[in-house]
Amino acid sequence: MDTVEAPTTTAVTPSSTSSERDEGVLHAALIGNPNTGKSTLFNALTGMRQRVGNYSGVTVERVEGRYQSETGRLVTILDLPGTYSVSGNSPDEEIALSVLLGRAEGVDAPEVVIVVLDAQNLERNLFLASQVLELGLPTVIALNQVDAAEAAGLRIDAVELTLELGAPVVPTVATRGRGLDVLKRAVERATELPRPERRFSLPPELAAVLAPVDGCLTRGGLSPSAAALESLRLLAVGTVQGHLAGIDGLEAAVQRAQADLEGQGYYPRALEAELRYGWIAGVIERTVHRPGASGSTLTDRIDSVVLHRVVGPIIFLVLMALVFQSIFTWASPLMDWVESLIGGLGVAVGSLLPAGDLQSLLVDGVIAGVGSVLVFLPQIAVLFLFIGFLEDTGYMARAAFIMDRFMRGVGLHGRSFIPMLSGYACAVPGIMATRTIENPKDRLTTIMVVPLMSCSARLPIYTLLIGTFIPPIAVAGVFNLQGLTLLAMYLLGTVTALAVAALFKKSLLKGPSRPMIMELPPYRLPDLRSLALNVSHRVGLFLRKAGTIILALSILLWALASYPKTLPGASMGEEAAREAQLANSFLGQAGQVIEPLVRPLGYDWKIGVGILSSFAAREVFVSTMGTIYGIGDATETSGDLRDQLRAERHPRTGAPVYTPLVAVGLMVFYVYAMMCMSTNAIVVRETGGGWQGARWAVFQFAWMLALAYGAAFIVYRTGLALGLGA
Amino acid sequence: MRHLADLKPGERARVATVGGESDAARRLMDLGLIRGTTVEVVRTAPLGDPIEVRLRGFMLSLRRAEAEHITVE
Repeated sequence: MDTVEAPTTTAVTPSSTSSERDEGVLHAALIGNPNTGKSTLFNALTGMRQRVGNYSGVTVERVEGRYQSETGRLVTILDLPGTYSVSGNSPDEEIALSVLLGRAEGVDAPEVVIVVLDAQNLERNLFLASQVLELGLPTVIALNQVDAAEAAGLRIDAVELTLELGAPVVPTVATRGRGLDVLKRAVERATELPRPERRFSLPPELAAVLAPVDGCLTRGGLSPSAAALESLRLLAVGTVQGHLAGIDGLEAAVQRAQADLEGQGYYPRALEAELRYGWIAGVIERTVHRPGASGSTLTDRIDSVVLHRVVGPIIFLVLMALVFQSIFTWASPLMDWVESLIGGLGVAVGSLLPAGDLQSLLVDGVIAGVGSVLVFLPQIAVLFLFIGFLEDTGYMARAAFIMDRFMRGVGLHGRSFIPMLSGYACAVPGIMATRTIENPKDRLTTIMVVPLMSCSARLPIYTLLIGTFIPPIAVAGVFNLQGLTLLAMYLLGTVTALAVAALFKKSLLKGPSRPMIMELPPYRLPDLRSLALNVSHRVGLFLRKAGTIILALSILLWALASYPKTLPGASMGEEAAREAQLANSFLGQAGQVIEPLVRPLGYDWKIGVGILSSFAAREVFVSTMGTIYGIGDATETSGDLRDQLRAERHPRTGAPVYTPLVAVGLMVFYVYAMMCMSTNAIVVRETGGGWQGARWAVFQFAWMLALAYGAAFIVYRTGLALGLGA
Repeated sequence: MRHLADLKPGERARVATVGGESDAARRLMDLGLIRGTTVEVVRTAPLGDPIEVRLRGFMLSLRRAEAEHITVE
């Protein structure tokens, strides 16, 4: 596996990691609570040499990096998901535990574990540390953010803590690179030290009750120390799942132990937490000194404003408005730049190559097709940047706190709000941002409905159709019918997204409502390096996942529109020839074949062709209509295209083809239809990849198309019945 | 018996029992919300739910429905 140089981010396949182990390489795993600066530490240790994938079968992100030590030894670091414990309460915790136990499919058992502790929050962080130490793996403790702890008046004795934990403690400040050299040295030499072990002892009667469970686990292949950790954990959990499933007689032994303890007056569920926190209390007393115990912190003071009953929601709305404002104002110049770059490239390639199929394939197929998606890249990158910024500063948790009550109304968690909001700009970053939603069913529900939010690729369609068919009549003095129509489209998507989410949570993705237990971390200034790395990872992932599919589909659509060839008539102009070519092509023929299908919606075959061609990206509809009507380089604001659409008549009846009713129906169709291969590709990846992900993506495409068709049908037919057809 | 959900912002109490749905109880106990822990309700979200509590030097938000399963004294 160690041949791939970053920053590649291919999915990691199980077979590539499990077998051969290079003698010279040291495999380490990094674990810690969320918000401890773990990712920053990981980035500081490994720099750009990282790759991102998924653990096999789950959508937990797997990030690996590497560095060369002072002695020249190659060290790989697996960045485990941020967790508060390895109790198995979530997929993240389950993965972390099975990796540490060496039972995760396709992952090498780590030889060294680095536990990151937040020095400002030592008490809670030590819970995870106490669990990990018991596994008996060589362990190094990175006591991170010691500067912030000192600023808050906390002094932690690292030597004393080393003695308490039985593992070397290295104070670090990851954001400034402090302590990293010592940490690296400690990691390399950790295997020479005595193995850590449980630092507290069980009351004898408890040890006796747990002995049969321990025995079961060691017979199942666990080391005695790992068995001790697992037996205490199982006592609290009660059920045997995941990496321990299949160990003979385990469940029965656990249940017997629980019953015995209850008989002795214990409360088995709370035992592990009480034992560990009992031990932690002593450790804290002996290692942490609070000479300048501060009262209210900066975070407290910020939160008293940001989470204020009245001011809080106002700040939230203003912030969201600002984010959106900047997405459009910052990204627009970049998008124009990308657009002109692609246009220039097309012209350059066109002039270099002789006119013919190859030129057409490259210019009209590849460059135009891929370009229509690349144009959105700046917007996607800016949105990733904002989401990362909100997450890293700690505001994301506050947004979830403010919006949780609202989202609960449709059965979701406050964390679902920002991904859905992102959908107004682009569904791709919104779907990727669902990773912070812990409950898999909530996450899947959110992924399913994010594309219903009207994204910016729908805007060209709305603009063309509204500008052409909706008269700019004043409504109630201050409003304009065109603006209100646009607003109605956005509202329609939003309301439907919420309704469908509620429906999914009550049917397909039904499950016990998961707790909304969430830390509100201290505010901090984001580490710009980590933020930049994060954004570039996401953008790279989007380009690879969506780019390949878009490229293939662009070529396919080009071929369908270019063949069979129609020879231009002698008197035909260039535009008329293009129009004839498209009409007779496979795509044009397909439009005519599906005409009976779209006729009930009030469309003719030309709109059918437009819909078919927009399969890869919605906004392609506009340029296709331009081609059909023989207008080169049509945009949504082209006067020519608008005049042509208004003038279009039925060949037999002479009535206008496009009426305001047809236009509204068509907009409703695009509010709902999932015409975006980029999103499809990202959904495949984020719902588990492979066949599992493909099934979800196909399901999503199908129900959204059905919804689009049904809604457009109802709008058109109801309109006709009401006499609005003219 | 009073519940965590009954406390007003600014009120402190000691946890007596942690009950309710097993996942939630597990998570809370892992985070250090166990018998004897001092908790303070800091504030309520603008829409009335969830609530924010302080324990062991950090801030945690949980829904009222979850806080109703935690008894305090």
